[in-house]
Amino acid sequence: MRSASLHTSDLSIGYKLSHGAVNLLHQHINLQLYPGEVICLLGPNGSGKSTLIRTLAGFQKPLAGKVFFGNDDLSMITPAQLARRVSVVLTGQVEIANTNVFSMVAYGRTPFTGFMGRLQPEDRAIVHQALEQTGIKNLTNRKFDELSDGEKQKVMIAKSLAQQTPLIFLDEPTAFLDFPARVEILKLLRQAARSAGKAILLSTHDLTLAIRFADSIWMMGKEKPIATGTPEDMVLNGEFGNYFDNPQVTFDRFSGTFTFEAEKIGKVAVAGSGLHRIWLEKALERKGYHVVQETKSDCHISISENQHFVVDFINKKWIAEDISEVLDILKNLDLSSKTKD
Amino acid sequence: MTHAAAKYQIHPHNAVFKLLLLSLLIVIFFVINITIGSVMIPPGEIVRILTGHAATHPAWEGIVLSARLPQALTAMFAGAALGVAGLIMQTLFRNPLAGPSVLGISSGASLGVAVMMLFITMPAGKFISISHVTGNFGVVVAAFAGAFGVLLLIMALAARFRSPATILIIGIMIAYAVTAIVGILQFYSLKEDLQAFVIWGLGSFANVSWQQLAFFIPLLIIGIVLALLMIKPLNALLLGENYARNLGVNTRRISLLAIFTSGLLIAVVTAYCGPIAFLGLAVPHFSRALLRSSDHLLVMPGTLLSGMALALFCNLIARLPGFDGALPINAITSLIGAPVVVWIILRRNQISVS
Repeated sequence: MRSASLHTSDLSIGYKLSHGAVNLLHQHINLQLYPGEVICLLGPNGSGKSTLIRTLAGFQKPLAGKVFFGNDDLSMITPAQLARRVSVVLTGQVEIANTNVFSMVAYGRTPFTGFMGRLQPEDRAIVHQALEQTGIKNLTNRKFDELSDGEKQKVMIAKSLAQQTPLIFLDEPTAFLDFPARVEILKLLRQAARSAGKAILLSTHDLTLAIRFADSIWMMGKEKPIATGTPEDMVLNGEFGNYFDNPQVTFDRFSGTFTFEAEKIGKVAVAGSGLHRIWLEKALERKGYHVVQETKSDCHISISENQHFVVDFINKKWIAEDISEVLDILKNLDLSSKTKD
Repeated sequence: MTHAAAKYQIHPHNAVFKLLLLSLLIVIFFVINITIGSVMIPPGEIVRILTGHAATHPAWEGIVLSARLPQALTAMFAGAALGVAGLIMQTLFRNPLAGPSVLGISSGASLGVAVMMLFITMPAGKFISISHVTGNFGVVVAAFAGAFGVLLLIMALAARFRSPATILIIGIMIAYAVTAIVGILQFYSLKEDLQAFVIWGLGSFANVSWQQLAFFIPLLIIGIVLALLMIKPLNALLLGENYARNLGVNTRRISLLAIFTSGLLIAVVTAYCGPIAFLGLAVPHFSRALLRSSDHLLVMPGTLLSGMALALFCNLIARLPGFDGALPINAITSLIGAPVVVWIILRRNQISVS
């Protein structure tokens, strides 16, 4: 059995309010985080993801229970020692002017530098290595406040790497980023976990990417215990649905994504195959048409050999060149009253 | 590796050059401060006096040694101290407009002086001339008491409320409340006392004697050394409190130390020179803009030196022949400090703490 980089023992998290009242978010938390693992922390807003990360990083005290880094009790670790064991990338942007990317990454060396914070040659080498690992060597001399959101996030991750801690916690590191930038960040983190054996915990709202990248998922819900497991297992055993489902949204176990139920305005049958059929169905569902078997609707759409869409409604026929035209044609048909049940 | 890496720093040689230039400027301003005044003394005579020789006119010795020299030293140290205090507060409170007057420490000193001048001595109405007033040891003690009273209050609140923003707001509120009390005291005070208090409030570098400098300078050096010891944690604080903590900084201890240090510097300067406006606010911005850096390893010495240079320059203007030393230093520091801040905002199109 590998030894965990971090584990919690009967941990309770939450906030102390004034007059001795307590806002308890979760209790009896027993989690393990192993070297080389990427863990995605998922859960709706307000489920306590940030509070958990803040508690594990030592920013706030647990209400009860303990956090262990290896065998050491977090409450016994001094700030200076803690800085060498866990590094964080926090939610929200750092605003700092007059500072270049090299200096930002060099902040990660703070726990190791001397009294005045001067960088030694080996510190510089580590900073350069972190810049290279995150693929931002070309940004070294750029001003931090002139970078894009994605670049800034990479700089903060490089800072964490330069801190050379066995654990890295990231609170919604992909929140401001577009899809390619998200993928890039997650690949980078996975790479750091695999090659350097770091244990990485990140919170995110991006379920699709969490399923693709996480070795394990911690799922938080309101007033439910934290569920953990391999992403695929959690899809199969329905945990995802349990934690996220609400009247507006359902988790589709086939695609691993959420679907929204639009108000149904009619039934349409589709024949054909291939990409055209898949995207036609998506468009129909988006517009609120229920895609049904051939016998259950008067309206049939088939895909011709030259990739045109043939719309067949009772005795009329239209040929549409693209999906937009199909939707225009359907708009003029009264599908709701004429459909059979 | 080291050689290649060196060029990624923020042009350290360039910055060192600028710091040397500032030092040269300080020397020049210092010399002019001693040379120029309402009484014309030939430069040769000044050199004679400073090197311990007798001057042609005995009165010149008095002017240079007892008036101009201590005044220049006072300006220099006051400028450095206010700038450093402003820098610490701007970084700690993550607020570009933080400065000596913001935490209410200057106001606290004013209250102490007001109580002393307007209340305790009210029946006598003794304070008439400015030299009387600021030379009075009682005023210094009163300013100290007022400034440290507010400072202790702020520190107690800082220990209770962790958020710098909360402390900043409380500080501003304390400043308002204290100013209001001063206003009430003024309302019930004698005309002569009121005038003396108003003149103290205009500020001056001219009323610190050698005996007082023996307290003034060492106290400020203690504060400045404390500030220099905080360079590394202050840098980390630029990223915000949580990042600083994650980098191993004991943020609670540093916050208390930073408040104590800036409070000490402000209290000492205000006690001896009166509330000096704008230097504490403007100098750190000037230093950051000059050095194009937010690294306290550069900005702190830069603030120290530009504070000295700017205060000497302001003192020079106030003492220009023709003004007869009559211009209040506060008017000059505001006239120079305010445009500096505006210029920096316009140039960078923003104002920030880094």
